[in-house]
Amino acid sequence: MRTRLVTVLLALIAATLAIPGTAAADTQGGASLFGQIRQPDSDEGVEGIDITVSQDGEQIGEATTDSDGNWEVELPGAGTYHVVLDEESVPEDYDAMQVPAGPERDVEVREDQRFAVVFQLVPAGQGQASASPSESESAEEDEESQQDSGSAGGGEEEGAIEAPEAASGSGMFGQVVSLVVAGLLFGLIIAISSVGLSLIFGTTRLINFAHGDMVTFGAIMAMIFSGTSTLAALHAPFEGIPGLGFATNPFVVATVLAVVCGGLLGWLMERFLWRPLRRRNVAMIQMFIVSIGFALLLRHVLLVVFDANRRKYVQFRIQDMIEIGPIAITPRDLGILVLSIVVLVLVASMLQFTRIGKAMRAVSDNRDLAESSGIDVARVTVYVWVLGGSLSALGGVFLGLNQSVYWQMGFHLLLLMFAAVILGGLGTAYGAMVGGLAIGLVAQLSTLWFSSQLMNVWALLIMIVVLLFRPQGILGRRERVG
Amino acid sequence: MDTMTILSLSVETAIGPVAAIYVLAAIGLNMHFGYTGLLNFGQVGFMLVGAYGVAVSVATFGLPLWMGFLVSLACSVVLALVLGIPTLRLRSDYLAISTIAVAEVLRLVYRAEFARPVTGGVYGRQSFADAFYDANPLPEGSLGVGRVDFSSDELWLMLVCWLLVAAGLAMMALLMNSPWGRVIKGIREDEDAVRSLGKDAFTYKLQSLVFGGVFGGLAGAMIALNQQNITPDQFMPQVTFYLWAMLLLGGVGTIWGPVIGPVIMWFMLTLFDETLRGMASTGVLPFLATSDSGPLRHALVGVGLMLLIVYRPQGLVGNRKEMLVNVK
Repeated sequence: MRTRLVTVLLALIAATLAIPGTAAADTQGGASLFGQIRQPDSDEGVEGIDITVSQDGEQIGEATTDSDGNWEVELPGAGTYHVVLDEESVPEDYDAMQVPAGPERDVEVREDQRFAVVFQLVPAGQGQASASPSESESAEEDEESQQDSGSAGGGEEEGAIEAPEAASGSGMFGQVVSLVVAGLLFGLIIAISSVGLSLIFGTTRLINFAHGDMVTFGAIMAMIFSGTSTLAALHAPFEGIPGLGFATNPFVVATVLAVVCGGLLGWLMERFLWRPLRRRNVAMIQMFIVSIGFALLLRHVLLVVFDANRRKYVQFRIQDMIEIGPIAITPRDLGILVLSIVVLVLVASMLQFTRIGKAMRAVSDNRDLAESSGIDVARVTVYVWVLGGSLSALGGVFLGLNQSVYWQMGFHLLLLMFAAVILGGLGTAYGAMVGGLAIGLVAQLSTLWFSSQLMNVWALLIMIVVLLFRPQGILGRRERVG
Repeated sequence: MDTMTILSLSVETAIGPVAAIYVLAAIGLNMHFGYTGLLNFGQVGFMLVGAYGVAVSVATFGLPLWMGFLVSLACSVVLALVLGIPTLRLRSDYLAISTIAVAEVLRLVYRAEFARPVTGGVYGRQSFADAFYDANPLPEGSLGVGRVDFSSDELWLMLVCWLLVAAGLAMMALLMNSPWGRVIKGIREDEDAVRSLGKDAFTYKLQSLVFGGVFGGLAGAMIALNQQNITPDQFMPQVTFYLWAMLLLGGVGTIWGPVIGPVIMWFMLTLFDETLRGMASTGVLPFLATSDSGPLRHALVGVGLMLLIVYRPQGLVGNRKEMLVNVK
């Protein structure tokens, strides 16, 4: 086995050696510094800004941004360079952002590296604090930094799930009410997504780390489908007709398709990944690590397919608030609220009253006992995966609708989902619902007193406190978990 | 970008300071998972407190650098205790979830607005490592063999890192051949059996968590010295997953596994990155943009993690009989 691995390694090295040198030659040649200077808040470049590069006080080269705001300076080789943005040349409407580093940088460039230097502009006179923080300029091409290259330039994106925007009510009471609504909304989305996580754990004892990325998968699928022209064409003849017009709305159809895709993904995972692994008697810990590997794979494939930008569903971008008593809510959020409650009630009644639902709960409760009393555990497991996959996809669509769609949305939600599931009790479907609501409310209400950046911190702290005092969770059965 | 440049670049990364830093962190993780069977998915949290221990005490409070190191180590010990006391009595997957949650909480707290005066918020801390580089006894200029060469500062850092690695390995070998080490391995194999022999498994696990965490903290401190500029967002959960992949590649529960894993992995990663970049820039792969190489690399690590854990859980140098990773 070991010799085989070594052979493979050697073959790989030989293969890379065999690549003809010309094929790998870099057309850019040599090291250079480059960048694009944009207007604040838009992708338009800013023309005519002078940039000077020097080394040890000696000028190496200078560049002026072109009409797209691009500039590039060729460098003689690796080393440390001093880059200065000439503030005199910045158009009067803007100022160079002073934070984090101001108009002067020292950068270290490797041999043959194209190094991105990020300068940001802010509207003139706007002060420094309002400027959105950017990641440090080294993020983009530096192999030492472990960030995904996709996240460079979007510092705000790293802040995990943001608050679903709470409408600003009047006074303390209005604020509490609107935060409770936002918390309910967020909690329902967490609940929908994590029911599957909890059931999957219950039936297979697997902590599915890829669940968050299944959420992202659903949101991105809906995004892709809702943008296709086929669905728009399908919608055209029915436009304006009540009922049918809504049912064929590209977004609604896309959501249904995304949910189907999510279920399919769940089925595929169970059929081609988890079942073979169970057959091989792979231990639980190994399965857990496999799910982490799968999550990494899925997330980054989605990143390559979808790119790193945040997007919103076109159909529901801006809406007016409707006011119901003290509550102001957009029709979009109201729809999510109602639909989530309906879906959760449906799932709960399915679990409570149908044969397969009862079987799911039985397997979740005690796999061996269920098997010995004649339940087809393998079949139930497949159903659980399909259910979990489609629910997480639906949760993803709702989350994307409420906030925005980006490649890490599910991963950021995942920790909250874990918190919800542990809070409610691992393995119980109802626990996940209760836990989700609790986590959503806590996260939102914490913004009354604390910074909204710390929203998730409170949710995760609650999880840790629960682990300390009641590790089986709110609805979990008391048993030894150590 | 020709083949030789790519290869020499890969070799440079494989023996360079970054690889040595990952070796340090992987030694800690090996202590946790390989010997004790603890699922620590928050090693990056230890690295974060380690890095900020140095950066904050030097840049914010003006302490000397050696004090910064002590603060780093103290922070990692505290973090291990805070993590361990609630979760080590529970089943191992609870530890996994809470470690990753705590690491993420730490990152969010360190980058939060209110922490700005101390940690620098999203902008992090800069220029705190001068004392370290001033102490560099090596001559100026770059040194190396053939195309593989390092600047004097890099070499100095590399030297220190690899010395730390050597010390860590020696310590680990001694510990694991001691009675303490045998109890620790016994916990990995069968915790109940160890408990029935009258050993306090919880305390042993906590000691192991602290001990491995200190290595994580040390790795973080070296990251701070290496980059001389740290921001919270470089301590993403992905770092931990990389460490896991490296450790599993090298061999879990062995002395040399955590050394071999990161070295080979960094070699392969740089090779992959540079080859892909070279190919993308010449247009051999028209459907790929240069910026896709990062995500593809992460995806590849994911696939590697899956294949390794299923088909070769013992890694390159592990012993399959000893390490079936059958922790319940």
